[in-house]
Amino acid sequence: MRSLPRWMLLPALLGGLFVLLPLISMGLRVQWGSFGALVTSESSLQALRLSLQTSSTSALVCVVLGVPMSLVLARSSFRGLSLLRSLVLIPLVLPPVVGGIALLYTFGRQGLLGQHFELLGLQVAFSTTAVVLAQTFVALPFLVISLEGALRTAGTRYEAAAASLGARPTRVMLQVTLPLMMPALLSGTVLSFARALGEFGATITFAGSLQGTTRTLPLEIYLQRESDPEAAVALSFVLMIVAVLIIAVARRRVVA
Amino acid sequence: MSLSLCASVPERGVELELEVADGETLALIGPNGAGKSTALSLIAGALRPATGQVVLDGQVLTGQGRWVPPHQRQVTTLSQDPVLFPHLTARGNIRFGLRAQGQSRQRAHREAGRWLAELGISELADRRPAALSGGQAQRVAIARALAADPRLLLLDEPMAALDIDVAPALREQLRGFLAPRTALIVTHDVLDALSLADRIVVLEAGRVAEQGLTRELLTRPRTAFTARFAGLNLVTGRWAGGAVVLEDGTRLRAAGDFRAGSWVHAAFRPSAVRLTANDGIPRTVTGLLPRGDLIRVRTRGVAADLPPQEIAEHRLEPGSAVRLEIPAEAVTAYEA
Repeated sequence: MRSLPRWMLLPALLGGLFVLLPLISMGLRVQWGSFGALVTSESSLQALRLSLQTSSTSALVCVVLGVPMSLVLARSSFRGLSLLRSLVLIPLVLPPVVGGIALLYTFGRQGLLGQHFELLGLQVAFSTTAVVLAQTFVALPFLVISLEGALRTAGTRYEAAAASLGARPTRVMLQVTLPLMMPALLSGTVLSFARALGEFGATITFAGSLQGTTRTLPLEIYLQRESDPEAAVALSFVLMIVAVLIIAVARRRVVA
Repeated sequence: MSLSLCASVPERGVELELEVADGETLALIGPNGAGKSTALSLIAGALRPATGQVVLDGQVLTGQGRWVPPHQRQVTTLSQDPVLFPHLTARGNIRFGLRAQGQSRQRAHREAGRWLAELGISELADRRPAALSGGQAQRVAIARALAADPRLLLLDEPMAALDIDVAPALREQLRGFLAPRTALIVTHDVLDALSLADRIVVLEAGRVAEQGLTRELLTRPRTAFTARFAGLNLVTGRWAGGAVVLEDGTRLRAAGDFRAGSWVHAAFRPSAVRLTANDGIPRTVTGLLPRGDLIRVRTRGVAADLPPQEIAEHRLEPGSAVRLEIPAEAVTAYEA
C-alpha cells in the first residue's frame, strides 16, 4: 500500500462513491412506512416468485450445459477451438435486446426451430419457458468463463495422476475434476443466477411482459416506475439486497 | 512384464530404444534435456511418437496403428511431486486407485488400510494432503501407486523434492517394494541408481549413450556424464607399455593387458589424485569447491579431492599450475 502514489487515492475514492452513492440515494428514497405493503402486493409477489423460479431454473440449465461446455473448451484440442471459445462469450457483450431478437428468430413462431415446434403444438415465445431461455442465453457465459478459467489454471496434473492409477475418464471427471472445481462451479452458478435475475432486455423482447407468466421483477420495476414510483423503489431495494447477498456468497466461495 | 520402447520424436530430437526386463528396475540417467521425461511420457501414453512403438508384456500400447489410452495401460507414474488429490484423505487417495481398478468399496477400504500400514503411516489415514509433510505425502503417493498394482511403475525423480534426512529411509522402503516389480526410475542421484537399479541406461541428446549393469557401469563408465554421475575421473588414451598415454603425452600407469596402441579408458576417484613435484599430468586449476572435509580441485578433465592443508601449503587458486599423479593401483583401465 505504501508504494502507491498518494494522488491515486482521489480517483479511487471517486470511483467507489460513483458505485455506492446511487445505491444509497435509492435506499434513502424507500418509503419504509409502506414498504411492506408495496413489496407484498399481488403483482409484486407474482413477479418476485416468477423471477426466483425462472432464475433458479436458468442457473440449473447453465450448470447442466455449462459444465460440459467448460470441460470441452478447457480440456480438448481441435481446430477452431479458440474461435469457438470466443463465440461462446458473445452473449456477454451482445446487447440483451439483440439477444432477445435472435432468440425470437430461433424459437419464435416463424423461427428456425420455432416453426417446427409450432407443428408439434409447442409455443415457446411469450411463455415462462421463453423467460428461462432468455435468461440462460445471457447467463451461460458467466458460468463458462469462471469454470473454464479455473480448469485452465488448475491444469491437468491431478487428472493425469488419476488416469495413471487406472481411472476411466468419467471417474476422473466425477471424482477428481469436479470436486476440485467446486468453488469455481459454485461462484459461477451464483453469478449466472444473478445475471438471470437481473435480465431485462432479452426477456421483454423474446418473452414479453405478461403478468404472472413472463413479467419478472426487473420488468415489474420498469412498469411500476411509470405508475407507482414508490413501489418501483421498494422492489429495486429488494433486488439490491439480493445482489448484496449474492456478492457475499460468491466472494466467500472464491476466497475459500 | 517386460517393456520395450523404440520410438522417435523428431520435434524433441529424441530417438530411443530401450528394454526393461520382467522384474527388473532400470535407472534412466542423463543430463537435462537428454530425453528422460520424453521416454516416460511415451511409455505412460502422454505423448505419441512420430514413429515407433511401446510394447508391454507382449501388448502393443503405442504403434502399429494402435493406441491404448493412459488409464488402460496399467502403467503408474510416481513423480517428485506426490500429486495427492487435495480433497481426499490419505486413505481416500489410496482407495481411489483401488476403486479405479474395480475393487469393491469394502475391499478398497481394507486394502488402503493395509498399504498405509505397509508404509508405516497408518496414523495419517484420515489426514488431508495439506496436513502432510513432504516425506509423508510421498509415502502416501507410493502407497497409492503400488496399491493400483501397475504392470510397470515409472518413477520420475521420486526423492528429489525430499529433505536430505527423509530420503534415505524412503529409498530403503522403495528398494523393498521395487525388488519384485518391473520399474523404470529417472534419477540424478547416484544413490538411487546404486540402491534401486539393476541396470542403467544413459541418455544423451535424445539417444542412448551407454548402458549396462549398475555396478559395471558405475565402475567402468564410458562417457563423461556417466563418470561424473559415478563420481569418477575418466580419461582416454592409447595403451603403451603398462600405461595409458594421454593426448598431451603424459602417461598414466595402470594394471592391464591391452594391445599396444589400442584406445583405453582409465577411471579413478578424485580422492586418489595426488599433487607431485615433477612428472604427473600437467594441468591448470580452474576452480576450487568445498567437498566434505576435502576441497575439490577442478582442472580440465581431471578433478582432485585434496585436504585443505595441502591447498594452503601449495597456495592453490584458480590459474595455478599443478602436476597430478595417480597411483597405478587406483586406476581402472578398460578398453574404450
